[in-house]
Amino acid sequence: MGAPAGRGGADSGALLEMHGIVKTFPGVRALDGVDLDVRPGEVHCLLGQNGAGKSTLIKVLAGAHQPDAGTITWLGEPVTLGDPQAAMSHGIATIYQELDLVPGLSVADNVFLGREHARFGFARMASANRAAAALLTRLGHPEIRPTAEVGSLSAAAQQMVSMARALSQDARLIVMDEPSAVLDNEEVGRLFTVVRDLTAHGVAVVYISHRLEEIRQIGDRITVLKDGRTVATGLPARETPTREVISLMTGRTIEYVFPERRTTPEQTAAPLLEVEGLGLRGSFSDVSFSVRPGEIVGLAGLVGSGRSEILETVFGARRATSGTVRVAGRRLRAGDVGGAVEAGVGLAPEERKSQALLLGDSVYRNISISSLARFARGGFLSGSAEKAAAREQVRSLDVRPGDVDREVRTLSGGNQQKVVLARWLLRNCRVLLLDEPTRGVDVGARSEIYALVRTLADRGVAVVVVSSEIPEVLGLADRVLVIADGAVVTEQPAGALDEHRVLDLVMEGTAHGAGAASRATQSEGDVA
Amino acid sequence: MSGSTTTTTGGAGSSTPAPEETAPERRGGGSGFMAGPAGRNLGLVVALAILCIVGVVTAGDRFADIDNVLTILRLAAVIGVVSVGMTFVIIGGGIDLSVGALVALSSVWATTLATQQMAEDVHWIVMVLTAIVVGSVAGLVNGLVIAYGRLAAFIATLAMLAAARGLAEIIANRRTQVVRNEAFLSFFSGDVLGIPTLVIIFALVAVAGWVLLNRTTFGRRTFAVGGNAEAARLAGIRVQRHTVKLYVLSGLTCGIAAVMIMARTTTGSSTHGTLYELDAIAAVVIGGTLLIGGRGTIVGTVLGVLIFTTLGNVFTLNNLSSSAQAVARGVIIVAAVLLQQRLATGGFAFRRPGGGAPAAGRAVVQGSPAGAVSGGTGADGGPGGARPGASSDRPGA
Repeated sequence: MGAPAGRGGADSGALLEMHGIVKTFPGVRALDGVDLDVRPGEVHCLLGQNGAGKSTLIKVLAGAHQPDAGTITWLGEPVTLGDPQAAMSHGIATIYQELDLVPGLSVADNVFLGREHARFGFARMASANRAAAALLTRLGHPEIRPTAEVGSLSAAAQQMVSMARALSQDARLIVMDEPSAVLDNEEVGRLFTVVRDLTAHGVAVVYISHRLEEIRQIGDRITVLKDGRTVATGLPARETPTREVISLMTGRTIEYVFPERRTTPEQTAAPLLEVEGLGLRGSFSDVSFSVRPGEIVGLAGLVGSGRSEILETVFGARRATSGTVRVAGRRLRAGDVGGAVEAGVGLAPEERKSQALLLGDSVYRNISISSLARFARGGFLSGSAEKAAAREQVRSLDVRPGDVDREVRTLSGGNQQKVVLARWLLRNCRVLLLDEPTRGVDVGARSEIYALVRTLADRGVAVVVVSSEIPEVLGLADRVLVIADGAVVTEQPAGALDEHRVLDLVMEGTAHGAGAASRATQSEGDVA
Repeated sequence: MSGSTTTTTGGAGSSTPAPEETAPERRGGGSGFMAGPAGRNLGLVVALAILCIVGVVTAGDRFADIDNVLTILRLAAVIGVVSVGMTFVIIGGGIDLSVGALVALSSVWATTLATQQMAEDVHWIVMVLTAIVVGSVAGLVNGLVIAYGRLAAFIATLAMLAAARGLAEIIANRRTQVVRNEAFLSFFSGDVLGIPTLVIIFALVAVAGWVLLNRTTFGRRTFAVGGNAEAARLAGIRVQRHTVKLYVLSGLTCGIAAVMIMARTTTGSSTHGTLYELDAIAAVVIGGTLLIGGRGTIVGTVLGVLIFTTLGNVFTLNNLSSSAQAVARGVIIVAAVLLQQRLATGGFAFRRPGGGAPAAGRAVVQGSPAGAVSGGTGADGGPGGARPGASSDRPGA
């Protein structure tokens, strides 16, 4: 398990240096000054919450996105990675999370895709198979036959095929985007063996994972991204305390203004939303909480803790395997979104663009889509009433620009979020579920969203907020449920908690899940 | 079709993001007019006008004659009704390959001895209702299998295509069934103020379709379901139920078309409606409806139908073979779609801004590069251009 000596301290200078990388998309600054340096032979871990900019950074590195500003230095020379071919020719290979293999082709065909072994246009299969077999043997997986169809292989074996392809291109830097997400413990152990072998030969690896324990095992140094910025770089992967790492990922780089809480939430009012013993097999179990009108309840937890799944299950977007959800005393049918909406529940989902918005449609159509029946008589829509109502929402939420005929995709992230909120306001929803309400929202617009959520609560809406940013949950919510490993660890008034306390609770809660991690370490030790 | 969309947009933007900062402004300003449905329809009107000019030049009075115009409209009517139903299904993100077979089945079922006898005893409306019910029920089966059985629409309706025509052959015993009800024939083959009844039915169906698509909750939900099914579901729309309704609607139009074809040919036959699915899809597509759903117009579809029918008429008047006509048809489909893409480029380029998200199916909606911004973990639509697979473009490697 011990790392080869001197692996982290390669003093032959940096292989790759990225400095001040900026990348802007319409409405949002995805990367806002990212620095990254990678040394030959190291495993450099890239950490950050969803939306921190990791994927965008990888794409810049792979030549798929062009940065708007910043410099990239490769082996001491400034370079432009104008397209994926350029990145590859420098020896940068990327292994995406969703593997980019052709399932119907053989292993060897995939390894040499685009660079087929051929003579006069005729494939030289024997030579390709030999070369692929050699690469796979080098990766410690001689059991993968070059003639096997890739689609029939396990996820782990497919990953090895991708690695073989990277090696066949003489990659000197391999970027791996959450490679362990599809692997079991034993496979992760074998992957690490391969990674160690590569780094021992001077290949550098940029390793992305949400699992801290993996980073402890395989990583040399850590760079943490947050809100498109590098918040820490070059941290030693083994020695940095877990709390510091999580705190860097989940903490605030900037102080936000949170609206003031109402001094006393109506303790007397009957709960509007009651969740009892809710469970979803394989994700979370026995989650109970209730929300009174005017109250904001926050769910705090790390990625994979089950917090988003809880919200989606309450909404019926996932079918609960146990437990009940009641709105104003009436029980909702499991897995019935339409019924939940009719009962007055609204969800602002995590992936706004793919799960909430009709991007090509106008603002007003996006706002009215859940309330169409109100503007219709016998199924016929009254366009003017519909637009007027949407306009009113746009005005009261201060959506900018205020043109309701504008295509919603041209709006910034914050304004798109307001459109989603407007949809549920127009519907007069009584229970509002917010999943990562400020994801992809520009820093400046966040306070506005917070104020808006509080205003809604003051109007008597019961709000549930999920966020990966602990300060956001603490600042916004009246009450907080700490979620770890698919279970509620504790439920306390937000005022009684601070960021450190929540982190402690999250880690304690994950501690019993750490058995899996130690098992991974064990089997890994066996392999090594 | 969707394939060609992919190439254009993906190729254009695989590494350089479109100038999306300015494009939306232009659109907001209104110079994106040609990219909008109105602009596309204008293009179709121009194409139709050109065809008519060609007709007048080559066939003179024989083309411009009022009877000839009515002939064109009468021919357009049947396929036009089917195409209106098809427009809904395609905007809703589906496809219906069974329309031709449903026309055949409905026409056969409505002309069996038993049905005709009942029509004699009661009223010819029995035949009409039979055709409509048969078409709708078959559409219902399509919809249920697709929405709740989770079969791909292509497969489910392909199966229906085979099965419905087979059933039609069994019922008719492969014979052509003659319509004997004089009242039925005289009603549908007549005219009102000189306009054939069939043409009036087509007009009514088109107008009803337009209203349904643009002025009702049903229409709005159709756009939502086809544009982003997941967002529609999470907005509280019952997507499966809506999908079923779309296929029932398509089946219903097939039933209406069956009645019309029975009137025009005075027969019910298992060979009616052959290849209607292709004609209808072609008309819908050149009418500017996106094959991936979420966008489309009834007006465009009607113009698409008229263009094809007029083309056929011009060819016939000039004694050109139907084979030559088929070739021209193919050329027109490709030309029309290419032209629309050019016209819509301004629109499309910023609809898929940046990163050149390959427009594979729904990815158009979901794989915007900002998905990478907010989406985080997922290798979203973008990486297509980034993947090593793209190296297959490299010459002589």
